[in-house]
Amino acid sequence: MKEIAIVGFQQSDSVSDAGAVNEVEMIMPVLSRVFQQVGINNAQDVGFVCSGSCDYLQGAAFAFVAGVDALGAVPPIKESHVEMDAAWALYESILKIRMGHADSALIYGFGKSSPGELPIVMSQQLDPYYLAPLWVDSISLAALQARLMLDQGLITEGDMAEVVSRSRRNAMNNPHAQLAGDVAPDDVLAQEMYLSPLRKADICPVSDGASAMIIATVEKAKEWGMPYAIISGIDHCIETHNLGMRDLTDSVSTRTAAKRAGMDAGKVDVAELYAPFSHQEIILTRALGLADDTLINPSGGVLAGNLMMASGLSRIGEVFNRIVSGEVQCGIAHATSGPCLQHNLVTVLEKA
Amino acid sequence: MANLAAVVGIGQTKYMTKRLDVSIAGLVREAAVNALQDADLTWDDIDAVILGKAPDMFEGVIMPETYLTDALGCNGKPMLRVHTAGSVGGSTALVAASHVQSGMFKRVLTVSFEKQSESNAMWALSNPQPFSTHLNAGAGGYFAPIIREYMRRSNAPYDVGIKVAVKDRLHGARNPLAHLQKPDITMQEVEESFMLWDPIRFLEACPSSDGACAMIIANEELADKASKKPAWIRGVAMRSEPTMYAGRDEVNPQAGRDCAADVYKQAGITNPRKDLDCAEVYVPFSWYEPMWLENLGFAPEGEGWKLTMEGATSLDEGGDIPWNCSGGVLSSNAIGASGMIRFAEAARQVRGDAGDHQVEGAKLALGHAYGGGAQFYAMWVVGSEKP
Amino acid sequence: MSEEQEVVTVVKAPVYLKYNFTAGAAPARFLAQIKKGVLTGQRCPKCSAVYVPPRGSCGGCGVATEEEVVLSNKATVQSFTIVYIPIPNNPIQPPYIIANVVPDGANVSFIHLMSECVNEDVHIGARVEAVWKPKEEWAFAMDNIRYYRPIDEPNVPVDQIGKLPVTGLEG
Repeated sequence: MKEIAIVGFQQSDSVSDAGAVNEVEMIMPVLSRVFQQVGINNAQDVGFVCSGSCDYLQGAAFAFVAGVDALGAVPPIKESHVEMDAAWALYESILKIRMGHADSALIYGFGKSSPGELPIVMSQQLDPYYLAPLWVDSISLAALQARLMLDQGLITEGDMAEVVSRSRRNAMNNPHAQLAGDVAPDDVLAQEMYLSPLRKADICPVSDGASAMIIATVEKAKEWGMPYAIISGIDHCIETHNLGMRDLTDSVSTRTAAKRAGMDAGKVDVAELYAPFSHQEIILTRALGLADDTLINPSGGVLAGNLMMASGLSRIGEVFNRIVSGEVQCGIAHATSGPCLQHNLVTVLEKA
Repeated sequence: MANLAAVVGIGQTKYMTKRLDVSIAGLVREAAVNALQDADLTWDDIDAVILGKAPDMFEGVIMPETYLTDALGCNGKPMLRVHTAGSVGGSTALVAASHVQSGMFKRVLTVSFEKQSESNAMWALSNPQPFSTHLNAGAGGYFAPIIREYMRRSNAPYDVGIKVAVKDRLHGARNPLAHLQKPDITMQEVEESFMLWDPIRFLEACPSSDGACAMIIANEELADKASKKPAWIRGVAMRSEPTMYAGRDEVNPQAGRDCAADVYKQAGITNPRKDLDCAEVYVPFSWYEPMWLENLGFAPEGEGWKLTMEGATSLDEGGDIPWNCSGGVLSSNAIGASGMIRFAEAARQVRGDAGDHQVEGAKLALGHAYGGGAQFYAMWVVGSEKP
Repeated sequence: MSEEQEVVTVVKAPVYLKYNFTAGAAPARFLAQIKKGVLTGQRCPKCSAVYVPPRGSCGGCGVATEEEVVLSNKATVQSFTIVYIPIPNNPIQPPYIIANVVPDGANVSFIHLMSECVNEDVHIGARVEAVWKPKEEWAFAMDNIRYYRPIDEPNVPVDQIGKLPVTGLEG
């Protein structure tokens, strides 16, 4: 099986409202930075392009078509799109390289979530006959999950506040973060309840932005002569949509994906977990069996800024950044989709 | 070099205006179960599911793969959701194939669907955005001027589109799954049908259908042991270009030409009309047959319409290169599934399993899909023989 | 459960979502001009093609279009269709013509209405001009131009459509 290298990663700042810019204007600067990082001109210089986005964030069909206008796709290119987080676009790109139809790929994800009411919009992801007509928003579902954890004594509100505090402090070193600061757990606990048992700080913010990555075969990465990290494993797994049939206090699919991806819990220097709610970081950490000395969400994670449809890819990019900077030797990145961690993807990265 | 892969199971629903008897989950499951039965397999034999459909706004369900995983037996497995506009059914088949061709999976299920009756596709497409003129009278309003430019360039007679409309409906009458069943259709009936977007008449446009299509794609080892004859994947290609750029040829887009050249090269095809036995090509408006005949290299530029008029693409007239024997998009159009139906029907032909619309002795067939402003392309070539 | 059950075939679940739509930075500059009655395009810094209405990038090159170019009121019909069905949310009565028109000085076409013409006389290469709404009705909208109408100028040869300078045929 061909080894895959990550050669470049860039993301925009997470901002609560990108203002006047449209999708293509949000994507172009990020793409131009990632091309520059790898030393190539545009999408003509990679073998495949795949993106992730969701029409409902901006409220118009075919949002992704605008993305093609950012690529320089003349002459035409090999290109595809998933209506999922761009972490799954990375997955599709890896298949393409492994089958020998490309030696490199550009992956990007983007989301402008500010135009709509994101938690309400996401209620329409639920079963259209039984659940969507109830308009249960994504925060309420997560609150239900947190309540289960608290009532079963699996976590305390203090544990959740610890997660938030660490995120805010870590995010002070992340130039792209939307929420950062020297926040103590007690400061979090002093906040009023928003959707019990969640405080606003337990919930990731709504963000606008994009991220982009370039991957290649190891041979191609060497040809480009840029520092790279190796994707030694990637896998994903979905669970039932029926929340009543899942143990919401655990994430079985994350554990399955990690196992299939070949994760060795004893050898994880850093883990970037896509946990849009503080309690979900605890669920994921436990499901993965991460050791105490594993650095968790040193970027601040998505509690510091959540680029819907790009956050999963960004988690992988954050681990890549730390490996190529020499900070760590190996790490894992996690991406999620669907209500209450329904669908999870785990990527294992190593120093080249 | 890609690992060998083959289609070992195909399942479709009946295509019709409204499938009120099933939910969205019931619709996709019906196609998937039919594919499993065709392959003599069970859910446990499937390693991953790859789902495709056109914009979520058609049914109003965001990222429906999260809801459909239960119906598709995917719990505990990988699920991928593809969306590349109208070409999505084809792209989804290609992404599914890449799961096997990469060597990462042994056997996967792929499903595409659209349940247009549960929403309003016309509304979803012309959802008025501020600041733009609201002139998008459906896809026909976009494609009619391009067709007009083709007619000008090629000097094709006015009734080429009428002929295609009749031919594909006669083909569709041989296919019990086809939405439109018009065995007695005539040129006169098409010509007298209501003009929608000049030069596109009502009977020269595709219907709006509910339906789903599924395929099971397996690796060489499992395909060799398949219960029915497999359709071997001989070439796969995708191309995209922007909707608009200065000098873009909208009539004969370069992305389509490049995509065809790529897939032919992989399959060893030098003369598509001669080397292929039949083709299933995405023709939602009748005039797109002559246009794609040229774009795909079956005829020189400006001469595609001659093949149509000679009957070369007609099964009923004994043509040498029948196109859309299943009735094509003009007979059934479950948008998200339409591309996959083309890919699946190409596979049915080389498996010798196409019933009354079988091209006798078909060994090599093309499946084609396009989408957006005729800017996204997906194609595959399937063969009866292992390469 | 002895009574025969009614078969449920339809449930109505309307979806209402509100969005604060933004046009984009480049389209906003275009809309600010059209509010003043000026049709502008934007030039690609790489290939020099002029886009109208601008969307933010040159699709061909994948770079932002910055330079603004004032375009002519005159344009050429690249192609067209006569539509016989109504448009949702639009009061226009069929049959009407929608045409792909390229304003002089631009290199891509956009869709707009044609009027004050005999539908059957419209043809590819025909010269047309923009008819604007009264000034007091101008908004941040493409339809400040109410429609295009034919003008008495020679046809543009097909290979020249989309290539005319802002000065038109004389240029």
